[in-house]
Amino acid sequence: MSFYEEYLRYSNFDFEGFFNSVTKEDVLKVLNKNKVGEMDFLRLLSPAAEKVLEIIAQRAHMLSVRHFGKTILLYTPLYISNYCVNRCAYCSFNLDNNIQRRQLTLEEIDAEANTIAKTGLRHILLLTGESKKETPISYIKDAINILKKYFESITIEIYPLTENEYKEIVESGADGLTIYQEVYDESVYDRVHIAGPKKNYKFRLDAPERGCKAKFKSISIGALLGLNNWRIEAFMSGLHGKYLQDRYTDVEIAMAIPRIRPHVGIFQDVYPVSDKDLVQVMLAYRIFLPYSGINVSTRERDEFRDKLIPLGVTKMSAGVSTEVGGHTSSNNGNGQFEISDKRSVNQIKEAIIKMGYQPIFKDWFRL
Amino acid sequence: MFKRGVFMDKLIIGGVELNSRLLIGTGKYCSNKIMPDVIRACGTQIVTMAVRRVDLDNKDENILEYIPKDIILLPNTSGARNAEEAVRIARLARAMGCGNWVKIEVISDNKYLLPDNFETIKATEILAKEGFVVLPYMSPDLMAAKRFVDAGAAAVMPLGAPIGTNRGIRTKELVQILIDEINLPIIVDAGIGKPSEAAEAMEMGAAAVLVNTAIASSENPIKMAEAFSLAVKAGRLAYNAKLGEEKKYANASSPLTGFLFEGDKK
Repeated sequence: MSFYEEYLRYSNFDFEGFFNSVTKEDVLKVLNKNKVGEMDFLRLLSPAAEKVLEIIAQRAHMLSVRHFGKTILLYTPLYISNYCVNRCAYCSFNLDNNIQRRQLTLEEIDAEANTIAKTGLRHILLLTGESKKETPISYIKDAINILKKYFESITIEIYPLTENEYKEIVESGADGLTIYQEVYDESVYDRVHIAGPKKNYKFRLDAPERGCKAKFKSISIGALLGLNNWRIEAFMSGLHGKYLQDRYTDVEIAMAIPRIRPHVGIFQDVYPVSDKDLVQVMLAYRIFLPYSGINVSTRERDEFRDKLIPLGVTKMSAGVSTEVGGHTSSNNGNGQFEISDKRSVNQIKEAIIKMGYQPIFKDWFRL
Repeated sequence: MFKRGVFMDKLIIGGVELNSRLLIGTGKYCSNKIMPDVIRACGTQIVTMAVRRVDLDNKDENILEYIPKDIILLPNTSGARNAEEAVRIARLARAMGCGNWVKIEVISDNKYLLPDNFETIKATEILAKEGFVVLPYMSPDLMAAKRFVDAGAAAVMPLGAPIGTNRGIRTKELVQILIDEINLPIIVDAGIGKPSEAAEAMEMGAAAVLVNTAIASSENPIKMAEAFSLAVKAGRLAYNAKLGEEKKYANASSPLTGFLFEGDKK
């Protein structure tokens, strides 16, 4: 069994026809249900749902407070290398892009970790581009070993691995896995992943499930909104989340809502995703998967991020640099994308408190 | 002369005498700073906190800084997926200076957050032997509760409804069986959404209740904490006063069997 089979169930589905048939009353009925099914989820993503967005937001807020309380977990990404063998149309790390490449030595990783830890953060996200030659598993494991000294929870966001490789990573001390499918539509996926190992759609699609089998504690998935019709992409992402949560009940599944940002690259064929659209996706995730975390990155503007908090966000990045070595020096490789929320950890902490929420710096420890 | 409060009996857990029968959580508040007031408003003597959130290196964010020193800390093993993880978290809590009380929570179901009784029993056995005062969070099941007794639990904490749902004591019949059959304090944990439901649990004979979401997610947690405290006291007093019997039958004005006794009349 693979999520691919679930994906194929909808390959001939008339999304356009379905969306056109949904009324605002249909959407309101969904909000009264105890169990929200797949078609209900799709109704929440329909154009008709935009007309009752406030009512949906109230419900989503209530579910969020009930499941997660008024708390927001903070973390920051640490980019350790931007070497990449892939040619992805939407990413600055694309092999063809003439950017400054850099990879941190273990000493540099230690220095970065030390600097980040001083901000009080205890959760870290470790990122690299895809290059088994420059950044093999052994290097990732060495990096994890250093980060263990400074952080209680380590999540990796790297190229997809086999189940055994994921087990090695878990044993070395990481507890979280982030891997986005980027785009669920197989033909768009093929088009935007021009060359490189990332072209293998199915290997990436099954990566979160391999991660579940390897016993990561938490796994974060999502589509990069803007590469294709966001309503359908959000639908597939939500189904993927449910597929994993139904089968691997001990893993905390979280949904991310990354939206495409300016980057060094060639992809211009963006399917626009407005603020309202992004909110609609987030609310639909919350109602379909009330127990799942929702992650918002600094791709989004600060004032917009703050307003998203009561709508169901559970995790936010803070004090972010997407540049390799960006926490300790200014002479770095290019970033993966432009960040919008450039506030420090302390500023974001204060903003969360101002919204009536509690910033959480530590929510796990290595056992 | 009559004095108020004389009918309130004490609760004994792990050899400690307690006046309050309300335990509270710390997990879902908008700020830790509100905790001292919430604790004082409800007069609780036992406060539970997730060990995973305790941050000794970060004084501002550390929940322990906000709990008055006279309160018994009840660290919980939230996040543990099996007995082994629960045991490690409990030992960590003790090493951190959180005392030797522990609420065992083993959850491997992220959808409903229902506890795993089997793994919880295993962890209870190990930790009770190590001298912990163990309060296991459980699905109300009589056979499991008996095993908790054998394993050395100091109390058992059956759920009223899944965590955070505020749906009340949906497991009433099963919890009542535990109250009637198990010779340990029964503390109803999870699901209690309103003070009236806390009172209901106490009227049933529960030894105490644990409340988190209902207080934390209310508009005014301090007021709500006091409301729960009053409800718990009312429920306990009513239980001690022995509720008037609920009659399942009526006193008929035209008896059906009256003719059988006609000869008895004088």
